[in-house]
Amino acid sequence: MFVLQLSGISKRFGPTVALNGVELQLRKGEVHALIGENGAGKSTLMNILAGAIQPDSGKMVLDGCDYAALSPLDARRHGIALIHQELSLCPHLSVAENILMGIEPAHLGWLDREACHRRALEVLENFGHPEMRPETRVMDLPIAARQVVEISRAIAARASIILMDEPTSSLQRADVERLFALIKRLRKDVISVIYISHFLEEIREIADSFTVLRDGRSVSTGPLHSTTNEELVAQMVGRPVEYLFPKRPLPPEDGEVLIEARDISAPPALKNASFELRRGEILGIAGLMGSGRTEMVRAIFGLDPPQSGTLTLRSKSFSAQVGTPALRIHQSIGYLSEDRKGEGLALALSIADNITFTRFRSCSRWGWLNLKQQRNQAAGWIEQLRVKARTPLQQTRDLSGGNQQKVAIARLLHQDVDVLLLDEPTRGIDIGSKVQIYETIAECAAHNKAVLMVSSYLPELFGMCDRLAVMSRGQLSAALPTAEWTPESVMERAIGAEQTIKTQETADSRQQTE
Amino acid sequence: MVAEVKTEREFLTTASLRLWLNRLGPFLGLALVILTFALLTDSPAQYLSGRNLRIVLSQTVIVAIGAIGMTMIIISGGIDLSVGSTIALASVVTALGIRGGWPPGMAVLAGIVMGGVVGLVNGLAITRLRVIPFIATLGMLGIARGVAKWLADQQTVNVPQTWVNELAVTFPAQTWMLVAPGVWVSVVLAILVSIVLRNTVFGRRVFALGSNEAATRACGVPTDRLKVWIYALAGLLFGLSGVMQMSRLRQGDPTVAIGTELDIIAAVVIGGGSLSGGEGSILGSMIGALIMAFLRNGSQQMGWPNYIQEIIIGAIIVIAVAIDRLRSSRA
Repeated sequence: MFVLQLSGISKRFGPTVALNGVELQLRKGEVHALIGENGAGKSTLMNILAGAIQPDSGKMVLDGCDYAALSPLDARRHGIALIHQELSLCPHLSVAENILMGIEPAHLGWLDREACHRRALEVLENFGHPEMRPETRVMDLPIAARQVVEISRAIAARASIILMDEPTSSLQRADVERLFALIKRLRKDVISVIYISHFLEEIREIADSFTVLRDGRSVSTGPLHSTTNEELVAQMVGRPVEYLFPKRPLPPEDGEVLIEARDISAPPALKNASFELRRGEILGIAGLMGSGRTEMVRAIFGLDPPQSGTLTLRSKSFSAQVGTPALRIHQSIGYLSEDRKGEGLALALSIADNITFTRFRSCSRWGWLNLKQQRNQAAGWIEQLRVKARTPLQQTRDLSGGNQQKVAIARLLHQDVDVLLLDEPTRGIDIGSKVQIYETIAECAAHNKAVLMVSSYLPELFGMCDRLAVMSRGQLSAALPTAEWTPESVMERAIGAEQTIKTQETADSRQQTE
Repeated sequence: MVAEVKTEREFLTTASLRLWLNRLGPFLGLALVILTFALLTDSPAQYLSGRNLRIVLSQTVIVAIGAIGMTMIIISGGIDLSVGSTIALASVVTALGIRGGWPPGMAVLAGIVMGGVVGLVNGLAITRLRVIPFIATLGMLGIARGVAKWLADQQTVNVPQTWVNELAVTFPAQTWMLVAPGVWVSVVLAILVSIVLRNTVFGRRVFALGSNEAATRACGVPTDRLKVWIYALAGLLFGLSGVMQMSRLRQGDPTVAIGTELDIIAAVVIGGGSLSGGEGSILGSMIGALIMAFLRNGSQQMGWPNYIQEIIIGAIIVIAVAIDRLRSSRA
């Protein structure tokens, strides 16, 4: 009945307890969702199953036999395959070589190319993808096809259990559909899947049962159909989610217009976007990924100057084409990138460096940094935002995603700007950090700053914003009071009129839920 | 996202086009270099003569054999900066062996094995001590050079006349050989290693390692052991390069081949090797080595001073890689 049973799995890294007596039961041919906040121990558990690390204690039973994988190779031999968050293929090699990596058919080290080709084709055909050619180089394939290769690799190794660690995090919706079709086919072949994802809707769509991890413990498990999302979230956070979003007073109706954008255009991504932003308000920008939201924010901040358009800052108008990030910062505008690791933070630098980076003059004189002052300033923000860090001098890389994001936001606060442009401020971070960031944003507005918040997560836009505008294929709708929108009308707008209700629903369920 | 709009067929045609450009690129470069000098020189007949060709080929041997080993390392995502020192060390060991009265074959073997040992130590430092290849082999650059000087007592090691001295000679005594035996050795090794890289599990894993190390490890390939093998095998080739060096100078010289590793790396890179791993070919590297040899030879024929050669070769390296970047970004 159970293909895999874990009991009492524990693992420490130095003083940190990553896993503490985890229990998990996996049935044959089921899709089992493993959910929990970041840092709950999901990845550690996956790595133990895949042989990358060894547990300190506990018992694993695979197909009725004791199981302890000493290496990835060992795990593979036992029929356990791990599919990583980031696709882990060798882009320079062919499809066949990737599928058969580690188990290449060979005679005395001599590669049997015929057998390679045949075996890869066989796997692809069995898996319903006879159109894929084994000799194609992986770098020449689109993303969705690469995922087929990755899963085929697991099947080729005769995996009976496939571990998927946030497999959809880099996928478009259509590719997610394709992945789910693949997973359903796996289920038919009585292959079990352990599926990690942040998207509850996604889990509902694909998984049969679940286990929630919290602080390294398995806190609840059961079939999905008899559990509500609220119950799952409550289990993940360890408390009921009544007040995720802070209560905010209505913003003053006639607040000063801090920034007005007119007809900002950067074809083809962005067409004639206009909005105004007043003191004390939070304006939400909804829309699908790739609809032009990010391009608009970047154009305003001078990162990618637009082709045309005007900006009015404190009733002074000028062309939006003129401008660099340095000038915008001088004009008291702050920008939070959606890509925290890529351009948001310098991960190798200390927390203090990152926080004070855009306003070094707060802690320097004639180009000389006063390190003590810098450290104290950073320590203040760390305390205020409850960043979990040992010291301000710690490398930012050591922090969890949520705490890194708090550091990125602390930088904007330290910069003490009037206008905050936030692109996906809570993407991919744990709920605790999210709540903290919501409070911080609300506080900014309460202090008469103006906030523009781009998000793919509708509940957060509805929970936080005073007005909402929707970006659809580069066109920004008028900004209406949030009360005049419904999630349905936002999605309708985001997808555009000519699309059917069906796609609307799927796009909707893509929204991140936590 | 633009990529997703393309149909699979479009993917394949651009892909095969790119593959052909990659393959042809180095050849075109070589043809261009030869053509340019043939037009520039007063006596194209002499420049294009078989005699001159033999000179160029014999001058290429040391870099070419080294480039075979370096290609494996670079494809696997590594680098080896200690090659020049390894060549000097192997040349000294070979010379000492011959002078000490060993059978020449044994001395040659000792030189080659010395190179292998250096590579083995590099591989172990990289995998066991977790030192990145750049640093590990930078250290070895000093260590191997020092050991060479120590063994040679800081002097050149003169050797009596044996067949070893004929290996890299420009005009071999047996005229039927046409070119130096070392050239033939290089050709055979190049073909052999090409086949190994293409047709063996080891070879494909070398590519896999350079393409995505984490994925390769996750597929159960023992990546550490693989790396040790790669550096050790390449080391054997560097040792053989050292033997050729000794043969050319007819003495073991602990101060020889300073900076040769850079020529070798340049040959691989001009030939389409990518320093971020996963890409490269023996054929390309050989063409790369020839391009540099023809450039040197042509500049000498033109009577250009040494510094001009250095400037040209430096520029060629940058241009070759720039063209490569351009090609891959357009595709």
